Amino acid sequence: MKKFISIKSIPAYLPIVNIDTDMIIPKQFLKTIKRTGLGKNLFFELRYDDEGNKIEDFILNQKPYDNSKILITGKNFGCGSSREHAPWALLDFGITCVISSSYADIFYNNCFKNGILPIILEEEKIKELSEYSHRKEEISVDLNEQKIVYGNNEAKFDIDPFKKKCLLEGLDDIALSLEKSDKITSFEKNLKNNKPWIFND
Amino acid sequence: MPYTLYDKIWNEHLVYQQEDGTSLLFVDRHLIHEVTSPQAFEGLRNSNRNVRQPSLTLAVADHNVPTTDRSKGIDDKESKIQVDTLEANCKQFGIKLFGMNDKRQGIVHIIGPEQGFTQPGTVIVCGDSHTATHGAFGSLAFGIGTSEVEHVLATQTLVQKKAKNFRINVNGKLPLGVTSKDVILQIIGKIGTAGGTGCVIEYSGSLISSLSVEQRMTICNMTIEGGARAGLIEPDQKIFDYLKDKPMSPKKENWEKALNNWKNLKSDRDAKFDKEISLEGKEILPMVTWGTSPQDVITIEGKVPNPNDEKDTDRKNSIERSLKYMGLKPDTAAKDIKIDKVFIGSCTNGRIEDLREAAKILKNKTKASHVEAMVVPGSGLVKQQAEQEGLDKIFISSGFEWREPGCSMCLAMNADKLKPEERCASTSNRNFEGRQGRGGRTHLVSPGMAAAAAISGNLDDVRKYQN
Ligand code: SF4
Repeated sequence: MKKFISIKSIPAYLPIVNIDTDMIIPKQFLKTIKRTGLGKNLFFELRYDDEGNKIEDFILNQKPYDNSKILITGKNFGCGSSREHAPWALLDFGITCVISSSYADIFYNNCFKNGILPIILEEEKIKELSEYSHRKEEISVDLNEQKIVYGNNEAKFDIDPFKKKCLLEGLDDIALSLEKSDKITSFEKNLKNNKPWIFND
Repeated sequence: MPYTLYDKIWNEHLVYQQEDGTSLLFVDRHLIHEVTSPQAFEGLRNSNRNVRQPSLTLAVADHNVPTTDRSKGIDDKESKIQVDTLEANCKQFGIKLFGMNDKRQGIVHIIGPEQGFTQPGTVIVCGDSHTATHGAFGSLAFGIGTSEVEHVLATQTLVQKKAKNFRINVNGKLPLGVTSKDVILQIIGKIGTAGGTGCVIEYSGSLISSLSVEQRMTICNMTIEGGARAGLIEPDQKIFDYLKDKPMSPKKENWEKALNNWKNLKSDRDAKFDKEISLEGKEILPMVTWGTSPQDVITIEGKVPNPNDEKDTDRKNSIERSLKYMGLKPDTAAKDIKIDKVFIGSCTNGRIEDLREAAKILKNKTKASHVEAMVVPGSGLVKQQAEQEGLDKIFISSGFEWREPGCSMCLAMNADKLKPEERCASTSNRNFEGRQGRGGRTHLVSPGMAAAAAISGNLDDVRKYQN
């Protein structure tokens, strides 16, 4: 996984609440067996009309937002399905940081597995940040310091220390868990004794 | 210290816990399907890893399979690649698979219980958010992403942090014509789609215990629509009877051992819940959704909301947006909403009891002529059972199409989908924009209500057709 340390970008502001995973990447694009290539279809229905032409009004179709690495959005972002295609599509488009006042659980977790930083901020701060999107000014995000710098202002954000460490170092979850292999083995042994039906043998 | 059922299952599955609470949880049961697993297997191969416990994983092709004649295989090239990839992966890693032509094939959340793979007290995961369905058996069941699927395959564990405990009590009796689908729609309307975020919900109360096993599954299934990680119900005799003699249920002395263990799966009487709400059965009416979020519910006697009545600007904008998408005017009565299609099926309402409920309403009646309607049984075994009972004949003679099992128009990944602006009364679980096809408009309802809508040609009150 790619590390996330800090980024600087003009943010794109998408003021819609409850953006669900179907809106982020509709199901016709879930038929892939790869993790890459989904970026061009990110927010497909908002981005393209029925003939497949770009809808010019949509923020990610406009310059400079088509190069934004930061997406600011309404609350409860990523609700709906567990599909990891949603963070894959964001990542493939180039977005590595999302800022919202809340997220759906599974989506939030999925971000961390893909090197995307989902930041939770209160609505007021989000309003302030959205101004920078309108004005096309860069903001910067520093994970180590847990802060967003915009103009002369700063906003601090909270993040689980372990998740932070994994992002900063680009750690592979599975390798970390496999370090606990002996613990898993002894758990399985106990399980076979105490609940033999689990293994159905 | 008193514990909730969730606390107990959690504690029993804890392999390791870091100081900050990040935990490694053992996974007893892993279900996989063709859409969210290919990248996980690819990851395993790329890093030379193996599947740790192939016998604890069960695979099925469901999301993408055609629901029409399957003898010719899958037309859609990409769908076919996914289904074939699942087959190849299962073969390579020694995982049991119900392929497209297996009569046990069906929607992953329907076949788990049907086979007895789903068991009380277990941790069950699947790369699909409606995994919560299995919580009806008193298991901790939740959806995971593909990276987590890979993690479970490689380690048989999952990295998790403990969620909060949320209890929803539903007491009393269900009025005639009201089903567990209406109960859960009402609950989501009440708590909102983010109401359960960060929580595991336990459903309890006299009404919940009076429900059949399948009705309980409908409730747990839609827990995710309320934002919660999982929903569960204390297992009781109905659950044990349901599981007895299922193909993958414990056998002989293991059955006795399991039963002894399962009987203790309940929240302690004085266990503390971080959140708690209560509902009365008699206040629940047949429900429909009017908008593009499952929290947008009204009763069948109600009206579509008017954004001008709303003070909160976010909410007001979102109502306006939904109404526009749904092609509805403010204050329209639910019963005045004309529909084009009816879909009965999905992991929410694609089980035998659901089909019986719909067939009961449709018997000796025909659908309105402008309506296209179809039934997609949740699994091959549900289909077989329904045919034995003659339900297929009732559906067909009332003008419904009778299809092969799968997810079908619940998410419209196969050929079954709505055209732009088509309006559908659907027994599925999501009414998001484009869920059932681009521009398609979904109204979530119970199977009985879907049948009533098919007959009337508009959303209608199932109680009118109850005899
Ligand atoms: S029926 Fe619908 S909700 Fe259920 S697993 Fe299939 S696509 Fe998902």
